[in-house]
Amino acid sequence: MAYLVSHPDEVKVVSSRFGKGAASIETYLALDGYSSARKAIELGSDGIIAEMKASNLRGRGGAGFPTGLKWSFVPKQSAKPKYVLLNGDESEPGTCKDRLIFEHDPHSAIEGVIIAGLAIGARMGFIYLRGEYRYLLTIMERAIDEAYAHGFLGKNIFGSGIDFDIRSHTGAGAYEVGEESALMESLEGKRGIPRIRPPFPAVVGLYGGPTVINNAETLATVPHVFRIGAAEYAKIGTERNGGTRLFCLSGNVERPGVYELPMGYNLKKMIYEVGGGIAGGRALKAVVPGGASTPVLLPEEIDIGMDFDQVGKAGSMLGSGGVVVLDDRVCIVEFALRTMRFYQHESCGWCIPCREGTDWLKKTLTRFHAGGGVAKDIDNMRYLAENIMGRTLCPLGDAAAMPTIGFLKKFRKEFEDHLDGKPCAYAEQGDAALAPA
Amino acid sequence: MSAETQTLFSPGLAARFDRMVTLYPQRRSALVPMLLYAQDEMGALNDAVIAEVASRVGISELEVRNVISYYSMLHTKPRGKYHVQVCTNISCMLRGGNELFARCKEKLKIENRETTPDGLFSLEEVECIGACSWAPAVQVNYDFHENLTPESLDALLDQYRTQNGLADRGGR
Amino acid sequence: MADVTFTVDGKKLTAPAGTLLIEACRAAGIAIPQFCYYPGLALQAACRMCLVRQEKVGKLQTACTTQVAEGQVFTTESPEIAQARKATVELVLGNHPLDCPVCDAGGECELQDMTFKYGAGVSLYTEAKQHREEQQWSPVVFFDRPRCILCYRCVRVCNEGMDVAALGVQSRGVTSVIAPNMGDHLECEECGNCIDICPVGALTSGTYRYKTRPWEMNHVSTICTHCADGCKTTLGVRSANYGAEIIRGDNRDRSGINGDFLCIKGRYAFDFANRPDRLTKPLLRDKDGQLKEATWEQALDRTAGRLRELRESRGGGAIGVIGSNRTTNEENYLLQKFARTVLGTNNIDHHRTADYAAFVRALGERGRGRSASLRETASAPAVLLLGNDPTQEHPLAAWNLRTDVRLNQARLYVVNHTPIKLERQATATLRIPQDGYGNAIRFLAGDDTALPADDAGRGFRDALRAEPSLLILFGSEYRGAGVARVIEFGLGLADARFACLGDYVNSRGAADMGLLPDLLPGYLPVSKPGGLVEEYGGALPQTPGMDLIQIFDAAARGDLAALYVVGSNPVLRYGIAPETLKNTFIVVQEMFLTETAQLADVVLPAANLYEKSGTVTNTFGDQQLVNKAGDLAGTRSDFEMIVRIATKMGADAKKLVPYGRGVRADMGQSRGAQSGEADRHAVWLAANNLEPKLSPLDPFAVLDEIERLVPGYEPQAGGRAELMAGNDIHLEPPSAPAASSADAGPARRDLVLPAADTLFTSGTLGRYSEKLNSVLEAYTTAARTTGRDGLSPVAAGESAGERDRRA
Ligand SMILES: Cc1cc2nc3c(=O)[nH]c(=O)nc-3n(C[C@H](O)[C@H](O)[C@H](O)COP(=O)(O)O)c2cc1C
Ligand code: SF4
Ligand code: FES
Repeated sequence: MAYLVSHPDEVKVVSSRFGKGAASIETYLALDGYSSARKAIELGSDGIIAEMKASNLRGRGGAGFPTGLKWSFVPKQSAKPKYVLLNGDESEPGTCKDRLIFEHDPHSAIEGVIIAGLAIGARMGFIYLRGEYRYLLTIMERAIDEAYAHGFLGKNIFGSGIDFDIRSHTGAGAYEVGEESALMESLEGKRGIPRIRPPFPAVVGLYGGPTVINNAETLATVPHVFRIGAAEYAKIGTERNGGTRLFCLSGNVERPGVYELPMGYNLKKMIYEVGGGIAGGRALKAVVPGGASTPVLLPEEIDIGMDFDQVGKAGSMLGSGGVVVLDDRVCIVEFALRTMRFYQHESCGWCIPCREGTDWLKKTLTRFHAGGGVAKDIDNMRYLAENIMGRTLCPLGDAAAMPTIGFLKKFRKEFEDHLDGKPCAYAEQGDAALAPA
Repeated sequence: MSAETQTLFSPGLAARFDRMVTLYPQRRSALVPMLLYAQDEMGALNDAVIAEVASRVGISELEVRNVISYYSMLHTKPRGKYHVQVCTNISCMLRGGNELFARCKEKLKIENRETTPDGLFSLEEVECIGACSWAPAVQVNYDFHENLTPESLDALLDQYRTQNGLADRGGR
Repeated sequence: MADVTFTVDGKKLTAPAGTLLIEACRAAGIAIPQFCYYPGLALQAACRMCLVRQEKVGKLQTACTTQVAEGQVFTTESPEIAQARKATVELVLGNHPLDCPVCDAGGECELQDMTFKYGAGVSLYTEAKQHREEQQWSPVVFFDRPRCILCYRCVRVCNEGMDVAALGVQSRGVTSVIAPNMGDHLECEECGNCIDICPVGALTSGTYRYKTRPWEMNHVSTICTHCADGCKTTLGVRSANYGAEIIRGDNRDRSGINGDFLCIKGRYAFDFANRPDRLTKPLLRDKDGQLKEATWEQALDRTAGRLRELRESRGGGAIGVIGSNRTTNEENYLLQKFARTVLGTNNIDHHRTADYAAFVRALGERGRGRSASLRETASAPAVLLLGNDPTQEHPLAAWNLRTDVRLNQARLYVVNHTPIKLERQATATLRIPQDGYGNAIRFLAGDDTALPADDAGRGFRDALRAEPSLLILFGSEYRGAGVARVIEFGLGLADARFACLGDYVNSRGAADMGLLPDLLPGYLPVSKPGGLVEEYGGALPQTPGMDLIQIFDAAARGDLAALYVVGSNPVLRYGIAPETLKNTFIVVQEMFLTETAQLADVVLPAANLYEKSGTVTNTFGDQQLVNKAGDLAGTRSDFEMIVRIATKMGADAKKLVPYGRGVRADMGQSRGAQSGEADRHAVWLAANNLEPKLSPLDPFAVLDEIERLVPGYEPQAGGRAELMAGNDIHLEPPSAPAASSADAGPARRDLVLPAADTLFTSGTLGRYSEKLNSVLEAYTTAARTTGRDGLSPVAAGESAGERDRRA
């Protein structure tokens, strides 16, 4: 079971109700639940958006786009109905935080969707869970039913005169539908092929209506912003990176788990103190700081604050909050191959560079790791990855290319050591592992 | 009573489908969940299921097939009673996912995407299932089993085999 | 949209705001490479070949989705862009088979061209390519999966263009694949548009695949011989020991009245021309009553001799002539001239499939300029379709109507007694009883008692009548007074234009050219031939002759001495009992030994429309050029046969065909398979005041006469040049001469007999097409699992062209 962990450095905001039975609406209400929605009703659209902007909350789905700003792009007037779409597709390897929200605090997600709906003038919201999260869907459906029963959803919510509905929805296994426009296609019952942008979802989204799409953690954070106040929330994080974030620590650490830490928390400290260091006291080889699609960091590069700007400056991305720790036994070629197998499997196949490029890279890495590599493969792979970058319809192509370029750049020697039929000298090598290039 | 005069599904599921198509601004939106639930009940999305679903959402069977083939969880051929899904993606791989997968093959005597002759188990290597911090993880049908070791995996499979199933949570 | 100015490669360009950059560039002569982009179809942004650099934008942008706005600056060629395109080509080639030497598309392949242009000459890819067996999806469609580059053009043309939705995309990622609707095969309209639109050789045609190389064919553009829409089709011909064999039909150049479209008949049903049972020798009935092969000289002598004898002995009134819906205007004109001036009879008719005479008369002076061209079906803001099922009977018009609805948000109003597929595009549909077409017009005109009108019916009428302009298409459900009522109704609306829907490639031309017992060319009443008398140099019979039914009635009475049939099969079509004709001398010009030919005394082997030059007029009145593509030794054109019979009967060839009147002549012209060239040459000749028509067998000499004498065919400014260039020219029906019904002789009988052809049939001719037969057979034997209204599954609402909104 997905158990909870804790650490004294944690600042529990989104996770404040975890483990307290808040999936039941009575408990949720006892823990201040739905008070934020009432506040939001009083504030009205402009007030909500102002508050969100003040909170410095940035999207937790990966790109870190300021949430208040995103909401403000939705036109006030629209001929077509507007929608809120909660992205609970959570499929980025290394990421398992939204799951805890759905399990322990589903009402916070519901409340977040309501507030987003109030902000943009939507009358309907959708909560999209990945297909594998069936038990969470059951929890979410029950929570939604409870909210309806309490008059928080449906007609005249909270006696405000406003109607608002929420539907829960399940996917059926596809990473790409986590991408916002593919997500809309999927919700409309189609193949998860991303849409051409512009127009952006805020203008033309679900069923052609203006749509706000946010990650589950983003929306579950929203009620807390109103609960503790935007200014207070902003203060927790760093400049332009408000609040806390659920970091999913995984891989070769002593105490993996999902920890809620302030934005800007030091990565090294996260691994060595919060996570208890490298499992078995081994040496650190590399860190993938924000889910599989973010470029790898070397041990000497991890003394940085974990917020969107600082990780960006370090040449990687904060991404989805999945911090994957690699110890010295890990073969980078194998790791790169496993990463590429994922993207090859999950590419929607729509555009040429991603479809063909991920397959090509996967095949080359497979051969390479099996000892069939030749010298020019290394440059070819780099060339291919660089020619996928920035050329695809949606960012999945970049997500496949970026880590590959990172591995090839930072661990070139390890690739070279695989050449000419040499057996992999890294995997399961124990203490004799070679230092990274 | 279901809107379809003849339905392949149980009365409960048929009624649920009748309602589902009304919950969205467009009927077609119910398609993916409907397929998943239909598969849960029928074991696979065979031609007859596809035909009924197509008519329920008002699209062609070809379009339904286009959608089915896109999603990895949807399938047209039956799988084992217990579909064992082993994650070998990065976080699980770092903590023994590959070993678990090898152990499954050995123990069930089947390869990836195969079903045991008795129809009890099928095996699939899957991408990240959202259990990274509790890796390595396996999903059997919809149930998560985390922090597994080859030994605890053995025990788990035995449990499925002998008890013919643990309490399933929320559908199959 | 207001015009905006922007810069491309340093050039200032102007285009309406919102124009796609790729189109704006194309218009300015800047070609941007593309695989997935296709004009008029939903945007995909999938191939990434069209990437360009936009100033101040981080990533390269797709020109196929970028809408131009004021002040933008673009670069479309640079080392960076060339590299991006090169890499994309390299990636596609990673798994694309390099079987170009045997691939049908070799030499016509967009991927080859791109590879050539962007020079991905060295493959970086060392993994084994994934091979898959080729699949046959239907009698006409084959799929070679590894060649597919997933541009989705086929899927879109099938979904959006055809509204058939028989192709989809399945699986995902690198396993994505184009899939047919029936799992391993297709059930569709078999139009083959998916094949032509495929940029590579992934979809290939059952008729053409592995037959030849594109550069080994001559490509002759001509007009499809089947339905009355008259699509331009480019025939690929190769020389054969018997002449020239047609091996392919396509519309890859997308020129002509049909743009991107061809149906199965235009694309594949040329195969009748190559059939081994084509007649190539004249047949004469011998003393034992058997048809025996004869020489042309013998056959023509016998024909001319007997006709002359019978004309002399029993008079022209005992001779009947039945013309064709599939011969050229020039041949039709010549035939009636021959009948009236040489045989001396008005007993001339043809299988009428629409009442054009009534249409022309009803339009009259008030309706002048109101006849619509086929092109208007793709652009009219609102269309009323009365009767007919264009999907089956007018595939191009149906395509245009769908396009009009899709791209121009046109409103389509359908009135029909039975559901038709186009209703899926209709704004509103009015269902009427089978015999309710006349009442439908009364109802639309305001008579509430004419139909049991409910609110929906009245709503239909109100919406329709509120249209500021309306294109009215009516089928052969309307004839005679019915046609007049339609026109009357339409003329009472704000702004209506009309078209009458008949059936065969030159049905309209047959009527226009006077293959009618009561009307001369241009619908001049026989009683008032006007200037024609002098022109034709002699007396013209001035009382209406026998119509087609009367001709056979006369034969039954023993009053028909001779029957001259050109390219028609009345015996089958009208169920004529063979005994009826036992005392009649019958001459039949035909390709095959049809039911009619079997009864003939002389059978003359005829060339078909693909083997001759001339013009045809589609049912909308659009005239187009026919070019000689195929050639079968032993056959003659109907034109030549008529001329030779007439001269052998003693007629003056110069009077029949005004040839060789010029003073200066050009001797260098030839008319072979390259007659397209020759016709361009003809334009040059005319421009230089040279007389090319040195032979009485030159149909263009007759075209000159038609333009000079036939009301409605008067030369238009630049018209001949347009025609010769392969463009269509719209002809307004004549208004003056035939307008008065008093002059039209006795009330005309309703002899309209619709062909009732479907997509896969084409009268008698269709029976001789293997391709059509194999498709028909596939559809009659295949268990029907889909289709409520024929062939294609119903795609609900937004699904057809579900990606439209991307556009
Ligand atoms: C390939 C791909 C997969 C993605 N998957 C997810 C996902 O599973 N969950 C998620 O919240 N965002 C995902 N995103 C990001 C979304 O597109 C979108 O940016 C996000 O949902 C916006 O929410 P936020 O503003 O709250 O971050 C993905 C993006 C890409 C390109
Ligand atoms: S980059 Fe292209 S092929 Fe890849 S997932 Fe996005 S759209 Fe699909
Ligand atoms: S033509 Fe623009 S992406 Fe294909």
